[in-house]
Amino acid sequence: METIKEIQTEIIEEFEMFDDWMQKYEYLIDLGKELAPIEEQYKTEDNLIKGCQSRVWLHAQQQDGKINYTADSDAIMTKGIIAILIRVLSGQKAEEIVSADLSFIDTIGLKEQLSASRANGLVSMIKKIKLYALALENRC
Amino acid sequence: MSAFENLLSENTKLVAVSHVSNALGTINPIEEITQKAHAVGAKILIDGAQAASHITLDMQKLNADFYCFSAHKMFGPTGVGVLYGKEEMLNELPPYQGGGEMIKEVSFKGTTYAELPHKFEAGTPNIAGVIAFKAAIDFINDLEIDQIAKYEEELLQYATTEILKIEGVKIYGTAKHKSGIISFNINSLHPYDIGMIVDKMGVAIRTGHHCTQPIMKRFNIPGTARISIAVYNTKAEIDTCINAIKKAKQMLS
Repeated sequence: METIKEIQTEIIEEFEMFDDWMQKYEYLIDLGKELAPIEEQYKTEDNLIKGCQSRVWLHAQQQDGKINYTADSDAIMTKGIIAILIRVLSGQKAEEIVSADLSFIDTIGLKEQLSASRANGLVSMIKKIKLYALALENRC
Repeated sequence: MSAFENLLSENTKLVAVSHVSNALGTINPIEEITQKAHAVGAKILIDGAQAASHITLDMQKLNADFYCFSAHKMFGPTGVGVLYGKEEMLNELPPYQGGGEMIKEVSFKGTTYAELPHKFEAGTPNIAGVIAFKAAIDFINDLEIDQIAKYEEELLQYATTEILKIEGVKIYGTAKHKSGIISFNINSLHPYDIGMIVDKMGVAIRTGHHCTQPIMKRFNIPGTARISIAVYNTKAEIDTCINAIKKAKQMLS
């Protein structure tokens, strides 16, 4: 299993291949389309991320000391964004998720490319991912 | 109108209604609504935020008790607006806030308030905002609101014709009397996705439920993408906008 840092480096390299933001957006759309589906039973009100303008569901499950995330959104670009976060953080140990420094977001320029309210949505996604990790870590 | 009439009765104290819908662009028949409200003895407050910089307003003809609008929707600064009220109504209304400049006389026996409009302008007002607001109103008056309305109507017609050429576009709000906006969706694409992509192409549209969730629920949609037209826009900009929407559709489909 690659570390959070290694995956971030990979993503940075992938985004460096694109010349402009339209191509990066197309890549985000592709990532959104490829995101493994969430089980319908987890698309609940509780799993909705507050602060996102489109609906985003996030589910977390602990297995062998690692936390696995699945997610979905009704907007495809949003789905692409959560797909990237899941790629970095899913399957990692709770303590690593909680303390993860997600500097790749600034490096690839994702946040600056979003409008203020959408950037807030991104912050909410990260917060919810970390909160799930924290909750599951403390449960055992 | 019949839904409104069903709600209206002798018990109605106040009718509050938008002049122009921010979600659909519909110009509501406010003269008729005002007459009907007055007929049962109700007062009427009209929210003209989406109307004031787009269509002609005639307070005498309209005969509304209250009419309000915001500076920031008329090319002015944020945080300042106008509440117009008939003099006798405003005299009847108690102050909603206390502070400097709104008092006539204070004693232990009682307090009397200053004349209109000072009674409602407690404390240090937003002086800079109001001065800037006047400049915005002068700008509109110099262009003449009738001319603005005529020009924007032309742009709206043009944009409507052009956007309907895109397959799968559905416009929400197709009233005969409309102003300023085209609210739309394309097939089942999410309005946010459309908004994000056209934004990248330099086109600013609004996306979301426009704070009008009940009407979104009625149409069973999460929201719409909305083109807003103002007097400073041009036909060439409409073309740029339509092309950006076409590109977004292509990328998302």
